[in-house]
Amino acid sequence: MKLAYWMYAGPAHIGTLRVASSFKNVHAIMHAPLGDDYFNVMRSMLERERDFTPVTASIVDRHVLARGSQEKVVENITRKDKEERPDLIVLTPTCTSSILQEDLQNFVDRASTESDSDVILADVNHYRVNELQAADRTLEQVVRFYIEKTRKKNNLDLTKTTKPSANIIGIFTLGFHNQHDCREIKRLLNDLKIEINEVIPEGGNVTNLKNLPKAWFNIVPYREVGLMTANYLEKEFNMPYVSITPMGLVDTADCIREISKIVNRDYENYIDQQTRFVSQAAWFSRSIDCQNLTGKKAVVFGDATHAASMTKILAREMGIHVSCAGTYCKHDADWFREQVQGFCDEVLITDDHTQVGDMIARVEPAAIFGTQMERHIGKRLDIPCGVISAPVHIQNFPLGYRPFLGFEGTNQIADLVYNSFTLGMEDHLLTIFGGHDNKEVITRSLSTTDGLEWSVDALGELNRIPGFVRGKIKRNTEKYARQQNIHLITAEVMYAAKEAAGA
Amino acid sequence: MSTNLSETLTFECETGNYHTFCPISCVAWLYQKIEDSFFLVIGTKTCGYFLQNALGVMIFAEPRYAMAELEEGDISAQLNDYKELKRLCLQIKQDRNPSVIVWIGTCTTEIIKMDLEGMAPRLEAEISIPIVVARANGLDYAFTQGEDTVLAAMAHRCPGKTEKKNENKFLVENLFQFTKKPEAPVINHPPLVLFGSLPSPVVTQLTLELKKQGIRVDGWLPSQRYTDLPVLGEGVYVCGVNPFLSRTATTLMRRRKCKLIGAPFPIGPDGTRAWIEKICSVFDIKPNGLEEREAKIWQNLEDYLELVRGKSVFFMGDNLLEVSLARFLIRCGMIVYEIGIPYMDKRFQAAELSLLEKTCQEMDVPMPRIVEKPDNYNQIQRIRELQPDLAITGMAHANPLEARGISTKWSVEFTFAQIHGFSNSRDILELVTRPLRRNQSLEGLGWTKLVKSAL
Repeated sequence: MKLAYWMYAGPAHIGTLRVASSFKNVHAIMHAPLGDDYFNVMRSMLERERDFTPVTASIVDRHVLARGSQEKVVENITRKDKEERPDLIVLTPTCTSSILQEDLQNFVDRASTESDSDVILADVNHYRVNELQAADRTLEQVVRFYIEKTRKKNNLDLTKTTKPSANIIGIFTLGFHNQHDCREIKRLLNDLKIEINEVIPEGGNVTNLKNLPKAWFNIVPYREVGLMTANYLEKEFNMPYVSITPMGLVDTADCIREISKIVNRDYENYIDQQTRFVSQAAWFSRSIDCQNLTGKKAVVFGDATHAASMTKILAREMGIHVSCAGTYCKHDADWFREQVQGFCDEVLITDDHTQVGDMIARVEPAAIFGTQMERHIGKRLDIPCGVISAPVHIQNFPLGYRPFLGFEGTNQIADLVYNSFTLGMEDHLLTIFGGHDNKEVITRSLSTTDGLEWSVDALGELNRIPGFVRGKIKRNTEKYARQQNIHLITAEVMYAAKEAAGA
Repeated sequence: MSTNLSETLTFECETGNYHTFCPISCVAWLYQKIEDSFFLVIGTKTCGYFLQNALGVMIFAEPRYAMAELEEGDISAQLNDYKELKRLCLQIKQDRNPSVIVWIGTCTTEIIKMDLEGMAPRLEAEISIPIVVARANGLDYAFTQGEDTVLAAMAHRCPGKTEKKNENKFLVENLFQFTKKPEAPVINHPPLVLFGSLPSPVVTQLTLELKKQGIRVDGWLPSQRYTDLPVLGEGVYVCGVNPFLSRTATTLMRRRKCKLIGAPFPIGPDGTRAWIEKICSVFDIKPNGLEEREAKIWQNLEDYLELVRGKSVFFMGDNLLEVSLARFLIRCGMIVYEIGIPYMDKRFQAAELSLLEKTCQEMDVPMPRIVEKPDNYNQIQRIRELQPDLAITGMAHANPLEARGISTKWSVEFTFAQIHGFSNSRDILELVTRPLRRNQSLEGLGWTKLVKSAL
C-alpha cells in the first residue's frame, strides 16, 4: 500500500480509452463498476468535445460479483454493435476486472461471432502498466489486428506511394497540445514535399490501417505513444521510422535531417532559411532579452518527451542553467538520462510529487517548467511556472494555435520561457520597491458603521463569506439595517437583508 | 393536459447504464465539512485518478484526504492488510493528527473481501484514533449516496443519552440565552437532530428558520467537528435535509432508536415550508408566519420565474436530488418530462413524492415519469424526440447536447451549490436559468447547432 495524494500518469484503462476514442467509429466498452466512466467527463470537458464520447460501461455490480458477468458483457457488445454500427469495439478491462479474473477473451470471441463489428480485448494489465504504456500497447494492438486481418484475406498491398509519404503515429485525444502539433508536423512535411499517408490514432479510420505500409516511413513525435507501433511496422515491413521529437531548433533540424536520409533529398537550405529567418527563436536567443536570461536557474519536470526536449532547449538554445531535469516516466528512465546528460546538474526520476516539490524548494530556481502540479508548487513557493507537459487542466487545451513542435513551436516555447522569467523579475522588483501602490490605505472599508453594531454570530457568518464579496455583503446588510431601523446586526438580519436584496 | 390529471406517478426501471460520479467523491465535501477528520480512500489508481480529476484544484490545498493505493502485493495478499493500514494510519496521525480517520472502502476492497470493519476496532485501540468505516463503492452506490454511507457509519459513533458530555457547555449556552433578547418563545419539545452535510451558512439559516417557530435544533449529523457529534437515543427526533440519506435514516431509527420525521426536503420555498410545517406538526406547534414568508420569497423570484414559466425540463438523473428539484421547478411553472434517478427509496422520499404529486395537480401539469437506474443511450433518444428546453445532466453529456442545440445544466452544480432553505431558492433558479439567459444573449446569431450530423 502506498499513501498517495496525486498521480502524474493515470491508470491503464485511461490510455486504452484515449487511443480507442481517438479513432473514428471505434467504441470502447469498459468492464467496470458505476462511476468509472469519468473518462467521458474528462474528454467532454477538457477537449470540449462536441460528440458523445464513444465509451460505455458494462456495469459490474453486486449481481456480477455473485454470479459473474455471464451474458451481460456479450449483450452490451452486441447491443452497441446494433445501435452505433462501429467498425471496432474494444473491450477494456479495469482494475476491477483484473481482480475478478473473468474470461473476458471468451466474451470477446462469442460477441465477435454475433456482431458485424470487429471486437478485441485490450491487452493491458492494470497493475503492471500506466496510462501511457497502455496507450502505446493498445495502439500497437489495434494496428496489428488490422494488418493481420488483411493479411489473412491476402489483401495486403505493400506497394509504396509514388511520391515520398509518411505516417504520423501517436497523435491522440487528451494529449498535451497534440492537435496543434499535428497541424504543425503536417505543415512541415508539406514544406518538405512529403505526402501524409495516415495519421493515427486521432481522426483515423481503422479500416484504413491496412494502408499503413504504403508510406515510405513513420514519424513518432512523442516518445510515450507510438514507438511500439513503429517498431512493429519496422519488423514486419522494414519501414524506417523517425523518433526524434522536432521540438526546439536543434532537434527539429535533426529530425528533418533524419527524414532527408530516408527520402534521399537535401533539406539543408530549408533548415537554414527556417531557422534563421522564419522562426524567431534563433534570433531571440541572440537578442538582448535572452541575454538577460543567461545563467538563470530553472527546473524542468514532465513526461519524458517534453522534459527532455525542454531541458535541451533551455540549456543549449537559451543559455539557461537547468539545475534539475526530471520525469515521471520511470519506465523510460534510461533514455531520459541519456538525453539530458550534459544539459543539467542533476536528474530526478520519480512519480512522487512531494519529492519534486522538495527538490524545487531546495534548488530555488527562477522559473519552473513542469506540469500543472509544478505550477501549484510554484504558486506556493512564489516561483513562476510554464506548463510544458501533461497532466494538464482545461487551460492547456487552448483554442488558439499553440504547437510545441516544429518551427512555429519554437516561437511558442520562446514566448513561454520569456514570459515565465520576466514575470518573475517584475515580481522581484515590485517586492524591492514595495509594490505598485505605495500609498497608505486610510480606510479599510467603504461602508460607514455609525450607530450599527454587529453581533458575534453575525461577524462569524460574515467571516465565512468569501473575501471578494464580503465587503459588498457587509454594505448591503448595513444599508438594509439602516432602512429597517435595526441597530444590532445578527445573523438573522444578514439573511433577511440577503433575501430583501434578492441575491 | 388535464386528461393526465387523475394519473398517479409512474415508476420505471431501466438498465442502469448511466453516467454518474463514483460515491467516493463524497470525501470532497465531507473532509471540508468535518474539520478535524482525515479521509483515507482504500483503492486503486482508478479511484485516485477520479478524485484528482473530479475534484480538480482542491488537491493542491493540502487536503485532508489521501489514497491508500493498493498494489499488486495487496491484491494477491502477499502483504498483510492490517500492517499496511497501520503503517499508513500512523503516518497520517503523525503528519496531521486528526480526531477521526474515515476509511472509505472501494470496489477493490469489496472484491478482495478486505475486512475493514473487522480491522478498524483493533487498529483504533492500537493507535488511539477513532476509525470509521464506510463502504462507498461503485458496486452498490451512486454519487451522493457516498455521503449516506459515511453518515450511517458515523451515526454509530454519536454519544448516547446516558453518556452525558459537556454539561457545562450547555449551562454556559443557557446563560447566554438569558442575556440575549428573547426572540421567539422557546417551546419545550423533545430533542431534534438534523442529518445531512450542509455548508455552515446553510446550517445557520435552517437552524434560525426553525428557531423562529420556537424549535430548538439539538445537533447536526455531521457536526463541524467529529468531537461534537450530537447525542442520539430513544426519544430523539431526527429529520433529513437531503433525499439521498435513506441508509442514515434507517440506521438512526433501527440502531439508535430515534424517531424519524418524514418530510419533504427543504429545497425551494415550497419544500422549505413543507419541511418546517411537518416538523412543527410532529411537535404540536402551530407554524407562525410561514405562508407570508413563502409568498414573499416567491415574489422575490418573479424575474427568474418569468424566464422559466412554460419551459420543459428533462432530468437525466445522477445525484438523487432530482425529485425535490423537479417538484420545485414544477411549482415554478415548468413542465418536467422525465425524472431520471439512480435509486428511489419510496419510503424515505414518501413525503417528497406526495408533495410532487400534489404540486402537479395544483399546477395542472402532467405527472412526470420517474425512471430509476436510467439508460443514458435511451434517454438521449427520448431527448431527441421531446426537444426539452433544458436537460439537467452530467458533464459527460452536457457539451455534446449543447452542440446539438439542447440547453443543458450540469447536475453536479446542484450538489455543490447552496440550495436549501428559503434564502437559497434564488440560487437554484440562478443555476436553472443560466443556460436560458445565455440563450437570450446569443439569440439571433444562428449558431445553435454546431455538429454536422443530426442529434
